Amino acid sequence: MRITADTTICISAGMCALTAPGVFDQGDNDGLVAVVLPDPPEELRKAAAEAVRLCPSGALGIR
Amino acid sequence: MSQTTTPDSRSFPLRRQCPLAPPPEYDRLRAEEPVSKVRLPTGGAAWLVTRYEDVRTVLSSPVFSADGTRPGFPTLLPGQAQVLRRPPFIRMDPPQHSFYRRMLIQEFTLKRIKTMRPGIQASVNRLLDDLLAMTPPVDLVEAFALPVSSLVICQLLGVPYDDHEFFQSRSKVGVSGQSTAEQFAAALGELRAYMDGLITRKQQEPGDDLLSKLVTEHLEPVGELRRDELLMMCLMLLNAGHETTANMISLGTVALLEHPDQLAALRENPELLPDAIEELLRYLSIADLVTTRIAAEETELSGTRIRAGEGVIALLAAADWDPAVFPEPERLDVHRGNRHHVAFGYGVHQCLGQNLARAELEIVFATLFERIPALRVAVPVDELPYKHGNLAYGVHELPVTW
Repeated sequence: MRITADTTICISAGMCALTAPGVFDQGDNDGLVAVVLPDPPEELRKAAAEAVRLCPSGALGIR
Repeated sequence: MSQTTTPDSRSFPLRRQCPLAPPPEYDRLRAEEPVSKVRLPTGGAAWLVTRYEDVRTVLSSPVFSADGTRPGFPTLLPGQAQVLRRPPFIRMDPPQHSFYRRMLIQEFTLKRIKTMRPGIQASVNRLLDDLLAMTPPVDLVEAFALPVSSLVICQLLGVPYDDHEFFQSRSKVGVSGQSTAEQFAAALGELRAYMDGLITRKQQEPGDDLLSKLVTEHLEPVGELRRDELLMMCLMLLNAGHETTANMISLGTVALLEHPDQLAALRENPELLPDAIEELLRYLSIADLVTTRIAAEETELSGTRIRAGEGVIALLAAADWDPAVFPEPERLDVHRGNRHHVAFGYGVHQCLGQNLARAELEIVFATLFERIPALRVAVPVDELPYKHGNLAYGVHELPVTW
């Protein structure tokens, strides 16, 4: 699993950090997505995949 | 006077039968006419979109514009056209929309919301102390739901809470399906004048709040934000912040009390609370009518051709009750564990305040039922005054006893 994030598309909704808090974080000042674990361990993968699906702006992807 | 109902002249908004459920006609439309034309109360027509996947497409595709200044942008209330001449940024497309949204985002991140939780909890505790000192029946909207949401947004924005009666009464006119264009214009004028005065005060004496920050960092001549834009932005935040959350608090209370098994499950296992909030958001989808768009170019949706310039209403409650995505949607199930509902919309315009709303609702429902375990609605639920035809659905009054 390889998670990608495009911060030029991100709208800082925070859905990813809410859904998979260990995998994603939000920048303090701009709220933009930061991928903490681009290749999350098995136990976090389901939440990570859900977060990608929930992203309202389409900024996240899985390769 | 009787009117002929043909598929092209169906009037809108559609009627609810059960006050907690979306209009039953949504089910038929979703199954038989997923993209169907209706006549709007303000004149003109628009396409109703009822399937979950189609609603997500409308809200996330640039083909469907949120630009309220485009001719023919669909409106439901007589006063809306006036706002859309100089719309707040939620009725703009990127890149303008992103420009304004980014000014605000710092105050709405998960971390920032987390720091607000103790303050929200303290307000909720204090309001419930006051409420318990009253003699029931008490109107939960007036005594609790509106004060909670108003206090929180006032504190965040830097609006004096003492002015809440003024702005609440004017905001009420702005979202009501019963207001005339004249009433709407008068209320908007008063709100603008109020906010203009507040901006001047923040310029002279900035505080530690969002409005002061916008004034000192973004307002012309320091930044690129015009005064009238700041004004509309703040009115939108103030309105969205107190109206919608208050409706969720009052209607959510009714929904939980009407489903005692679900409330009991939640009481037994407070860890279910975040899931229960998501389920209440889905089940009630109070912003059902808010997400209107206009086709920027010709396109097709579920086999129906939509021409450039035609209005589209992506019905959030219809999407959130789509049985293809939420099996047995009519069942309020705090175990459902869904976050893919569209109660906050979808796409780049998805609710900016959604995580603040989640925090408020979690604190409210945890504390309300703990402090008042015998809480019940004081009148038959079918007889409550519901906000039929309003942009945000809810109850005007909620008499409760304990």
